[in-house]
Amino acid sequence: MSQPANQSPVLTSSLLYLDGVSVSFDGFKAIRGLSLTIEPGEMRAIIGPNGAGKTTMMDIITGKTKPDEGVVMFGGSVDLTRLDEAAIANLGIGRKFQKPTVFDFHTIEDNILLALKSQRTVAKTLFWKTETPQQKRIDEILGIIKLGDARNRLAGSLSHGQKQWLEIGMLLAQDPKLLLVDEPAAGMTDGETAETAVLLKEIARDHSVIVVEHDMGFIRELGVKVTVLHEGSVLAEGPLDQVSANERVVEVYLGR
Amino acid sequence: MITRFLISGLDKRGLIFLAILAGLAVLVPLANLLIPPGSPFHIPTSTMSLWGKYLCYALLALSLDLVWGYCGILSLGHGAFFALGGYAMGMYLMRQIGSRGVYGNPILPDFMVFLNWSELPWYWYGFSSFPFAMLMVLLVPGLLAFVFGWFAFRSRVTGVYLSIITQALTYALLLAFFRNDMGFGGNNGLTDFKDILGFNVQAQTTRAALFAMTCVMLIAGFLIARGIVDSKLGKVVIAIRDAESRTRFLGYRVDRFKLFVFTVSACMAGVAGALYVPQVGIINPSEFAPANSIETVIWVAVGGRGTLVGAALGAVVVNYAKTIFTSGFMAPYWLFALGALFVLVTLFLPKGILGTAQDLWAKRRKPEPAAPVAEPAAAE
Repeated sequence: MSQPANQSPVLTSSLLYLDGVSVSFDGFKAIRGLSLTIEPGEMRAIIGPNGAGKTTMMDIITGKTKPDEGVVMFGGSVDLTRLDEAAIANLGIGRKFQKPTVFDFHTIEDNILLALKSQRTVAKTLFWKTETPQQKRIDEILGIIKLGDARNRLAGSLSHGQKQWLEIGMLLAQDPKLLLVDEPAAGMTDGETAETAVLLKEIARDHSVIVVEHDMGFIRELGVKVTVLHEGSVLAEGPLDQVSANERVVEVYLGR
Repeated sequence: MITRFLISGLDKRGLIFLAILAGLAVLVPLANLLIPPGSPFHIPTSTMSLWGKYLCYALLALSLDLVWGYCGILSLGHGAFFALGGYAMGMYLMRQIGSRGVYGNPILPDFMVFLNWSELPWYWYGFSSFPFAMLMVLLVPGLLAFVFGWFAFRSRVTGVYLSIITQALTYALLLAFFRNDMGFGGNNGLTDFKDILGFNVQAQTTRAALFAMTCVMLIAGFLIARGIVDSKLGKVVIAIRDAESRTRFLGYRVDRFKLFVFTVSACMAGVAGALYVPQVGIINPSEFAPANSIETVIWVAVGGRGTLVGAALGAVVVNYAKTIFTSGFMAPYWLFALGALFVLVTLFLPKGILGTAQDLWAKRRKPEPAAPVAEPAAAE
């Protein structure tokens, strides 16, 4: 669905490339000169105090918000700022929201079916028939997120933690090249948090993942490179231990 | 593929509904034509036409339920599509009058002669042909819905704002059709019909055929709507109703899906209007009145939003009550009763008659978990 006009020569080998991105709402600069690159297959954790611009950054990548200035490239050659949400999703960028958002009046299985990678046109969905390989994939995902027995229950009846998992399952079904995961461990018990970390590490083996999280223990468990955002730009970047030793980071975030 | 599409998701409730309609389509005309008037089983022609009218309303309610109950688009202007379908049929019927009009003009309908028009306006061409008129019954409401939806859904107009502009749409059409120089008969509308396909519109047999045709079209409308909501597209549409932006982030172009159901729904409403006109014998601008569209919303709410069968049931129940009410000493109070009904249903039967009955039924047979029927979230 991307127009040929979006296909410029490959400028970078990074999967996602943000350079000098700024956006303001009613005069408030939510993002100022943000630059970030994600390599193919990389998993990155993003931390930062409230209002640092984490969610706005995700809005920009997924097409919900258009930046005032800056470059946002995907796969080295696609300019994301020119595309809408649906086009970006079909390029292979999946998103999990901070507040788990599933389709409450659909069964768990139907939630996965709706997310399952397929052509999203009106005609194709009207005459859709689930074939065996697709059913197998749905069953497989239901197994991974441990909701196989509950497949016919309405998603609205799930607990908070289960909804988080269902949403991760929907991301898996989408099979995106890049997953944006906003606070996957929010509101989870310690046990659930640990299991979620295992699940995300599993997913990161064949997908690029960006995780936004507040929970330091969770980040430690992931054991990946960390980017600290503050007031809309990158404050520090590197392994967690190095970042948490940074004086500025301690000042604005950890040492509160 | 089409057959599978149409019959795949039929549940028990749908089958009962279809069986009743098929029974009505056969038995009512027979009871009217074959049983002599003295017998208690005879159905008078006026009663049959009255019920034909209810069933047209049922088809209109069904079309509204498709967009409101399943896609969350609260259209307060669905009466406009109904009326446009009605006008297309009315124009065909006017052209069939020929030289039997009061002024005896073989080409021009009476109201044009009265306005001293010398020739037929270009947009009346073709309406002497039944197939062309039937095409227009689908095309005119469908095209209006498509163009309107194209702009509204692409600009992401939703909720109350969308409802208000649909209301404005039907009101604008009401004012336009009132004008004599529009060429649709002004405030008198189109009436004094004589023939449909060569048969006298007033004849008992024609009325029976129209009644049966209405049942058939309601069956067809129900099968199409059922097919849509049971397909994966139906699931996408419910997803849009409950979490529109989430659906967008899954890669579905929400505006196109809305446009599809809105257009299909408008065509369905147009067919309902086309069947309505020959049975009531008149179409005039009052059919565009905003109050009509709002009443349609009440039928759907009373019957049970997001159930299809419930919408049709609600239309029949409310209109039957209206007939009883407005023909007796309580006539002046009908609008109060209608308002009270809407308030009471919203307060005490939020799922409508059918949704509530279904819950009771599910409770009685507890061991079996309630079927995952798509129930709408809180009203828009």
